[in-house]
Amino acid sequence: MSVVTPAHGTSNNESVADPVLDAIRQQWGASVVCEQQTLTGLPVIWVSRDSLVDVLGFLRQMPQPFSLLYDLSAIDERMRSHRHGLPASDFTVFYHLLSVDRNRDIMLKVALQNDDLSLPSCVSVFASANWYEREVWDMFGIHFSGHPRLTRILMPPTWTGHPLRKDYPARATEFDPYSMTVAGQETEQQALKFDPEAWGMKRERNGSEFMFLNLGPNHPSAHGAFRIVLQLDGEEVVDCVPDIGYHHRGAEKMAERQSWHSFIPYTDRIDYTGGVMNNLPYVLAVEKLAGITVPSRVETIRVMMAELFRINSHLLFLGTYLQDLGAMSPVFFAFSDRQRAYEVIEGITGFRMHPAWYRIGGVMQDLPTGWEKLMQGFLDWMPARLREYERAMMDNAIMRERTKHIVAYNTEEALEWGVTGPNLRATGCDFDLRKKRPYSGYQNFDFEVPLGSNGDVFDRGQIRIDEMRQSLRIIQQCVDHMPSGDYKADHPLTTPPPRERMLQHIETLITHFLQVSWGPVLKPNESLQMIEATKGINSYYLTSDGNTMSYRTRIRTPSFPHLQQIPSLMKGGFVPDLIAHLGSIDFVMADVDR
Amino acid sequence: MMGWLTPEVIDVLIAVGQAVVILLGGVLLGAVMTVVERRLLGLWQDRYGPNRVGPFGSLQLVADMIKIFFKEDWIPPFADRKLFVLAPAIAMASLLLSFMVIPITPGWGVADLNIGLLFFFAMAGINVYAVLFGGWSSGNKYALIGAMRASAQTLSYEVFMGLSLMGVVAMAGSFNMREIVAAQEGLWFIVPQFFGFCTFLIAGIAVTHRHPFDQPEAEQELADGYHVEYSSMKFGMFFIGEYVGMVLVSALIVTLFFGGWHGPWLPPFIWFALKTGAFLCLFILLRASLPRPRYDRVMSFGWKICLPLTLINLLATGAVILLTSAS
Repeated sequence: MSVVTPAHGTSNNESVADPVLDAIRQQWGASVVCEQQTLTGLPVIWVSRDSLVDVLGFLRQMPQPFSLLYDLSAIDERMRSHRHGLPASDFTVFYHLLSVDRNRDIMLKVALQNDDLSLPSCVSVFASANWYEREVWDMFGIHFSGHPRLTRILMPPTWTGHPLRKDYPARATEFDPYSMTVAGQETEQQALKFDPEAWGMKRERNGSEFMFLNLGPNHPSAHGAFRIVLQLDGEEVVDCVPDIGYHHRGAEKMAERQSWHSFIPYTDRIDYTGGVMNNLPYVLAVEKLAGITVPSRVETIRVMMAELFRINSHLLFLGTYLQDLGAMSPVFFAFSDRQRAYEVIEGITGFRMHPAWYRIGGVMQDLPTGWEKLMQGFLDWMPARLREYERAMMDNAIMRERTKHIVAYNTEEALEWGVTGPNLRATGCDFDLRKKRPYSGYQNFDFEVPLGSNGDVFDRGQIRIDEMRQSLRIIQQCVDHMPSGDYKADHPLTTPPPRERMLQHIETLITHFLQVSWGPVLKPNESLQMIEATKGINSYYLTSDGNTMSYRTRIRTPSFPHLQQIPSLMKGGFVPDLIAHLGSIDFVMADVDR
Repeated sequence: MMGWLTPEVIDVLIAVGQAVVILLGGVLLGAVMTVVERRLLGLWQDRYGPNRVGPFGSLQLVADMIKIFFKEDWIPPFADRKLFVLAPAIAMASLLLSFMVIPITPGWGVADLNIGLLFFFAMAGINVYAVLFGGWSSGNKYALIGAMRASAQTLSYEVFMGLSLMGVVAMAGSFNMREIVAAQEGLWFIVPQFFGFCTFLIAGIAVTHRHPFDQPEAEQELADGYHVEYSSMKFGMFFIGEYVGMVLVSALIVTLFFGGWHGPWLPPFIWFALKTGAFLCLFILLRASLPRPRYDRVMSFGWKICLPLTLINLLATGAVILLTSAS
């Protein structure tokens, strides 16, 4: 066992004194291969493959347990040059666990060699590992023994190759021109056909046949290209199988081909209703790698715009949620409110849905003259509308009958399935990163965290209306107390770099030129930033290999586990309840498939 | 020379003329309602609705008609052709025929049947087959679920729809629509038959599959339900049929509970049109304002609340009539 200090950057002494680590060292000392120091802000320990499931089980069972498997993915280490002191590994699988009680995280890593890419499945410990392990199999070709059904999840079942491997081409031009023959189309369609036996489903019960209903990927309530196959007895859902991947664009792969700076616009399109909210975890993680501290004006501007996008996203949620419950009017009201928000967003950023407005070390430009008046107009408009939504819809008897105690789950079930964000807080669990782990200056704001009690469809709707009120409060504080100062950090890695000194002598001009053309070079290290995004906890886990591009960008999105949870909740429910639940999850497929 | 033009023949010609006018009027009104509904929904939903074709969007109807007539009339290869073609015809025809029994003004109306009300029930019963055939013959699971919902819903709501009107029949002492209207000269039946009105209104919405009883279509759940495989004018007939049903139920409510053409100062036809229009607006307003209850709740609401209510209403009405006639 050895403690590795990072080649560069600060060492994280805090994690060394961690009681959890002490307990692991005491009980599992022999299986801990190495403790890695990173800029992620959480203890990262490498464990041996054989003891992995036991250590995970230990963490899951300990007092104040790590009950949420926050993330699970892998890194292809074969091309990584800066691995000083780390165990030899061709592929590394990492397990990111979160304890709500302790408000602490821990990351376990397992080294795998190219000739033996296999490790035991941890589905028995964490139910939510199921899809994550399938994703790792799909993307890296790493086998999980004991997994109930290890098949491709994001790529089509007919796909060959594992896209996130370093030897897999990232660009279409590196492949032969694409063609689709009639026979090929036939094969693809056959592959999409649902086979109940493959999922262990029976075709009949007591002599009456089940109906297998294919809902999506084109269905008005599927909220994008989402498919879920229902096993129906009359209108009762006996079982269901969600099928994702129709919106997969390979954002994580693209990150390995874009400079640190030019990847920002791609983040906007992950949760496409979240706009600049998506930029936030990415630029914060990059800033950790670069060692940039931004001025308080930048922090406040970022918080303000992120909260505005939270309102915007929640309004879209509210409209479609009510629409899925059969109320046709609210969505139009919500969209006209969103239009008002977009007028402010457009006035400030110059763009509407995907402004890509945050920059490494700042934002794209300073707030325009008169922005306060624009924003205040929106702040004055919204409260009455929120009251109207509550009076007209949330108090409606039919609406309450459709949502109260429908598809309810408790905190324990939520954590078991990796549920975060408003859906977790609807169960009464007080876990909001803005309060628990303030970032970008959230500790300076006065706001409350709305909580639900039943964890049902109603609470998931109501909590978002309450969150919009809190967001309005935060924005109001931004308007009232916007700090003066610069909109960019004065740091050599701020991108694009400040122009003021650029034309004064040749050295700064050259640096400026390199940084704009190649982009900044970040020192080798790993960093991670979680934020409370619109739909739950979103994070970027960046691995830098000392290059202008990221070596590995892991994007953990909240919607992915939220969809995985559906079958566990829907057994025995009715089709309309499923639709109500889909509406209440608040997912977009881009956020699931990435 | 004009010897064949006996008074009887003239009567027949007038009756035929009236019938054609009312038939076309019914269809046209149904078609116009599609546009009226979109404009009204626009008004209530903070948006414009179709306002581009002609002044205030008044020619939108023409544009829609042209579009729907010239769309490809596609029958899916997996559909049962005969039933598939028959279904929209039933949907439209059964409801249009029901217009026959509605007395519009003292002088206007197609048929003065003694069994007027029963004829409407019969036609509403036949209308179920349209949905059932459409859903079954489409060979589509969504359509099938829609059809299943539609038949269950319509059957259960028709049970108390009939019963809800028996109070009116008992008070008027007739199934004949003209006599029912005449019986309301002094007092509209809405007052003594308030519960009958409530349940009939609910049943009427359910039978025409209008929101919030649009379970058979339920776009968010069944992606349009029983007519999901229909296109072009076949879809158009289902579509117009629904609006014709709306007009029909509104006209019936006016006839049975709101005194038909009765009203001061204005001519009878205007009164009839105004009252019917008000109920058409109510139909649209309901769609704009309510969420959709769950299917099983709709059924239990029908059987557990509406049916007992109509029975109590009928018993109470009967008791009152017996008491008053005895004294």
